[in-house]
Amino acid sequence: MTESRRLALSQNLTIYQALEQKHELLDALADADELELDLAQVAEIDAAGLQLLILLKKEAQHAGKRVSIVAHSQAVRAVIDFCNLAAELGDPLVIPACEAS
Amino acid sequence: MDELTSVFIQESREQLAEMEAGLLRLEQTPDDASGIDTIFRAAHTIKGASGVIECQFIETFMHRVENILDALRNGEADISAALTTLLLECCDHLGSLLDVLAAQASEPSADVAARGEALSEHLEQFLSAIVPTQEPAARTNLAAQDDDGEVESSGGGVVNTDSWHISVRFGPNVMRGGVDPLSLLRYLGGLGEIIGIETVSDGLPPAADMDPESCYLGFEVRLQTKASKADIERVFTFVSDECDLRILPPHSNVADYIRLIQELPEDDMRIGEILVRCGALTQAEVDHGLQAQHEVLLAQGESSGGADTTAASPAPLGAILVDSKVVHKETVEAAIAKQNQVVDKRAREAQLVRVHADKLDKLIDLVGELVIAGASANLLALKSRQTDLVEATSVLSRLVEDIRDSALQLRMVQIGDTFNRFHRVVRDVSKDLGKEIELSISGAETELDKTVVEKIGDPLMHLVRNSLDHGIEPVAVRLERGKPACGRVSLNAYHDSGSIVIEVSDDGGGLNLERIRAKAIERELIQPGDTLSESDIQNLIFEPGFSTVETVSKLSGRGVGMDVVRRNITALRGTVDVASVAGEGATFTIRLPLTLAIIDGFLVGVDKAAYVIPLDSVVECIEHKDISGGRNFLNLRGEPLPFIRLRELFEVGGQAPARESIVVVQFGGQRAGIVVDQLMGEFQTVIKPLGRLFAKLRGIGGSTILGSGEVALILDVAALVNMVSRSEETLLYGHRVASPFALSGSNTVIRGNEH
Repeated sequence: MTESRRLALSQNLTIYQALEQKHELLDALADADELELDLAQVAEIDAAGLQLLILLKKEAQHAGKRVSIVAHSQAVRAVIDFCNLAAELGDPLVIPACEAS
Repeated sequence: MDELTSVFIQESREQLAEMEAGLLRLEQTPDDASGIDTIFRAAHTIKGASGVIECQFIETFMHRVENILDALRNGEADISAALTTLLLECCDHLGSLLDVLAAQASEPSADVAARGEALSEHLEQFLSAIVPTQEPAARTNLAAQDDDGEVESSGGGVVNTDSWHISVRFGPNVMRGGVDPLSLLRYLGGLGEIIGIETVSDGLPPAADMDPESCYLGFEVRLQTKASKADIERVFTFVSDECDLRILPPHSNVADYIRLIQELPEDDMRIGEILVRCGALTQAEVDHGLQAQHEVLLAQGESSGGADTTAASPAPLGAILVDSKVVHKETVEAAIAKQNQVVDKRAREAQLVRVHADKLDKLIDLVGELVIAGASANLLALKSRQTDLVEATSVLSRLVEDIRDSALQLRMVQIGDTFNRFHRVVRDVSKDLGKEIELSISGAETELDKTVVEKIGDPLMHLVRNSLDHGIEPVAVRLERGKPACGRVSLNAYHDSGSIVIEVSDDGGGLNLERIRAKAIERELIQPGDTLSESDIQNLIFEPGFSTVETVSKLSGRGVGMDVVRRNITALRGTVDVASVAGEGATFTIRLPLTLAIIDGFLVGVDKAAYVIPLDSVVECIEHKDISGGRNFLNLRGEPLPFIRLRELFEVGGQAPARESIVVVQFGGQRAGIVVDQLMGEFQTVIKPLGRLFAKLRGIGGSTILGSGEVALILDVAALVNMVSRSEETLLYGHRVASPFALSGSNTVIRGNEH
């Protein structure tokens, strides 16, 4: 088992990929004590995807591990923002300067 | 296309029709406030649903339309002719946007988009014109808010918030149904402003049990909007079976929130916390409310002996609060009224089931086969001479008859919807032509088969346009002739002996017989020396390539109209006639069979072959005593009755029996007798089409299969009656027509039936 691991998702986080991604994410979590998720390439995320992120966070908490999202795409950030989950997920959201204004 | 989209398109078209009808009504009665509500609701529903399926171009457009409708609804603007026209154009545009969606294109084409832009600009102009009047409205709003303020202080337990609280838990199958809960929420945001939102993920099971395609999420949303509760509920229409939705109106009191907390599946304290977080309640309010509830529980437990506190049912908190007069009465009543409205609407919707037309057709096909099989069983039972069996089969065939009738009834629709479409046509065309024309509709509740209704639209459109364009004279001419300036086109429908009759009439100038005659001679349809009755001349307009109008207008008069009308109607086994009185108007009469599938027939025999006469057209049967002589005429209770010998008509060989019978039939007000060898009684007839080979056969409408498995031909009573009266007319006029029974050389085929 590795100490920490970084996983970059390249596909969309939607219902169409949810089944596969559940396994991918949980396997990755099982393999590492600390999982870093890179979601910068996720162009689309729906409720199914969001649910997976929440699940992963909860599972990590149960297992005493840590999952952190280290990079958000614009779509992921918008959804987390919209659902007011930033605090619950607890990852720093980096707001690009061009959008902050 | 996914199901959601196709449902959206279908429902939007219905809403669109409602909008259009509403606009036309509004133009007639501008003061009717309920009219504008209907239109607004329809527009709003389309906008809402388009948001749900994420069809941006429709949503954007409908949003603009809705703005102006909102202004109308609030009395900030008055409906004017120009505005109605603009809104009707918007309806048309929406129709073409729906076409775009139906064609599965992602974007409307350039010209459609351009038209949308132009319309939006017009809408903007109207909106900006009414801005000055908006201020008083805003002031009344303020006043209303002041009222609320007073109520708040008197109500005591009212939570200090002026936004709706929406609590939704999505069911597991929502996402599988193709709905993204997030897009529903985003659309909800479109109704107003989302002040706070909390995602409730407590329903999420452990990873092993979690199905990533199921939805476990719930949301607590605070929404500031002017929309009604029904509007909010409508956002969730698509998933109403699948989600658990609770909506609290603005200024609800603590009790309502507490009840909400207890109804929700999650732990009370957890929900309380969530509500506090999204700003619906303060912590103190939650604590106080839950505390009060708890105390009541305890008190009840003590009063019932304290033995089983668990069994004591908690007193409904709402009731307690009503008793202590905390509940704000008006709010409750308003909420109840609103809920009842929603319930009513749901109940009405529940009475209707959408069924695919194919399924219905399949059912009717099956019923047809059942009828044939039943007839065969009946026949065998009769042959077996077992009374019990005969009785059983007769009960069975009665039931089959009932099933047949109700199956056919399923496909019957009222013609009213088809008629109502013409309001718009008449309005637009009369504006184009600069004429004043009103449309009057009667018999809208007359029912006929859906397959017929679908096919009758085009011919009717042609006839109506023809009446508008050629029938009704320009205003000046009308006044000169002493008629009211406003012309009238009427649509009428009624049932008449197994057919439906649809009349299109106008009070215009009528047909110009001389011109028709001259034109017919020019086109060599008739010879200059021919003597024709008035109605013959009038019906010449149904000949191909016939048009009496000198100038081709954009509406009709291209010379391709009436023959197409007749062809379409004949294809439905119907007929079309015109009757006209010079200077008073013309009436087009369409006769159509009620159904194209199964009829009650009357079975008659000639030689060995059997024929079916539709029972609806049979008046009576009389004995035929040997009437020899050339005239095919008979004195029936003082009335002359022309008749026709089926044996001669179809050139059936063999000798006629000593006693023949005459079946008296009626069609379109005319009676005629059909001479047959024997009467065989009633028979449920499943109409089977004849092959292409027989298409030109006159006097035969179709075929059917008897219980014995033999084929019987169905007589086309309309054609027969026509033939009989024609042949008498020819005799009367002393004309000789080659053969009154133009069988188009198919005689041999018919005789084939004997073998």
